[in-house]
Amino acid sequence: MYSQGLIGADGATEETEEFLAAFQARIDREEKIEPNDPMPEGYRKTLVRQIGQHAHSEIVGMLPEGNWITRAPSLRRKAALLAKVQDEGGHGLYLYSAAETLGVTREQMTEELLSGKAKYSSIFNYPTPTWADMGTIGWLVDGAAIMNQIPLCRCSYGPYARAMIRVCKEESFHQRQGYELLISLCNGTKEQKEMAQDSINRWWWPSLMMFGPHDAESSHSEQSMKWKIKRFSNDELRQKFIDATIPQAEYLGLTVPDPDLKWNPEKNNGKGGYDHGEINWDEFWQVVKGHGQMNRDRIKARKKAWNDGEWVRDAALAHAEKRAARKTQQAAE
Amino acid sequence: MSKETPLWEVFVRPRNGLSHKHCGSLHAADEVMALQAARDTYTRRGEGLSIWVVPSKSIFASDPDQTAENFDPSVDKVYRHPTFYDIPDEVGHM
Ligand SMILES: [Fe+2]
Ligand SMILES: [Fe+2]
Repeated sequence: MYSQGLIGADGATEETEEFLAAFQARIDREEKIEPNDPMPEGYRKTLVRQIGQHAHSEIVGMLPEGNWITRAPSLRRKAALLAKVQDEGGHGLYLYSAAETLGVTREQMTEELLSGKAKYSSIFNYPTPTWADMGTIGWLVDGAAIMNQIPLCRCSYGPYARAMIRVCKEESFHQRQGYELLISLCNGTKEQKEMAQDSINRWWWPSLMMFGPHDAESSHSEQSMKWKIKRFSNDELRQKFIDATIPQAEYLGLTVPDPDLKWNPEKNNGKGGYDHGEINWDEFWQVVKGHGQMNRDRIKARKKAWNDGEWVRDAALAHAEKRAARKTQQAAE
Repeated sequence: MSKETPLWEVFVRPRNGLSHKHCGSLHAADEVMALQAARDTYTRRGEGLSIWVVPSKSIFASDPDQTAENFDPSVDKVYRHPTFYDIPDEVGHM
């Protein structure tokens, strides 16, 4: 996973008209921008913010599922979940290194996550109380992330686009294993099916929020579209996601908790699509601002991991220095 | 924050017969850990048979501001390409 519509990046930039026009012309020709190329400060800042948020989301995203690995009901499910969570860790690493090509250090980014300065996807501030949540996260949350990430494979910034290609190749398994898990539950006992329904009731709206605010309220979207960091608006992607997902819910024999959901044959230029009810944006902003159910736990867990790992990082560096010194000494003898 | 852990560039050979290709970077204290981390990070699904790790600080790159001076001169030298030379059809494929 797991990108989210960018939260609060400042694309302001101060370069000359000519410079900006030449840069825009490169973008318009679909040229990729590479790390040391001249670029407007606003472009660089937007990407640092977006890739950083994305990387943090992958890493924090390991927590809600990691918590179920030891309790998976079979070896097959355990192996799948373990592999998925490991993938998310890998995604975080690809993305951190893409951000680092823009001149920010890993340490700076980690510090910003731990201090609360950097955001991550709001979705991971919801708890995972049942096993069905492992299915729903794969299906809906990874599914929403895939919708967001596929267009990012064509992002104008080369290292981000390349990282996203790797990520997207790996995401498909995440979504499929989740959906398969839900099929098992829905073919199981009445209680198991109820557990699956309850899980969808809790994750549906937060998944829709993953696409970020409505286009009208998404202040920096326009510049990101112009720079081809973003290719589709938040609302367009959300709509695609809903249209793709509802038939999958129907197959499971489950419903989504939206009484206003209705097929609208006029939508999508006459191809048809679903109208949906109002999203609770107060809840979204509460969670983004740190007041979701799990925000404090998530940061606490990341801080603990960072602090507990400090002696390991220090020891590895000390060992590397010792080995290097020994080598120099042997060479001198 | 503690000291920064060095950055490494990772190159993977997808299979024998192909050259190593840059696939990303990572942080590690030394080359032993860098190779282990590269295996875990970049080859979880049979992406490679061989890995190189190179300290990022050992890489020297050409200056993008000099892209034109460096590379434009090669664009107008059509005589460096085989199609510049006319060989009669009777000669056959050459
Ligand atoms: Fe991911
Ligand atoms: Fe994923």
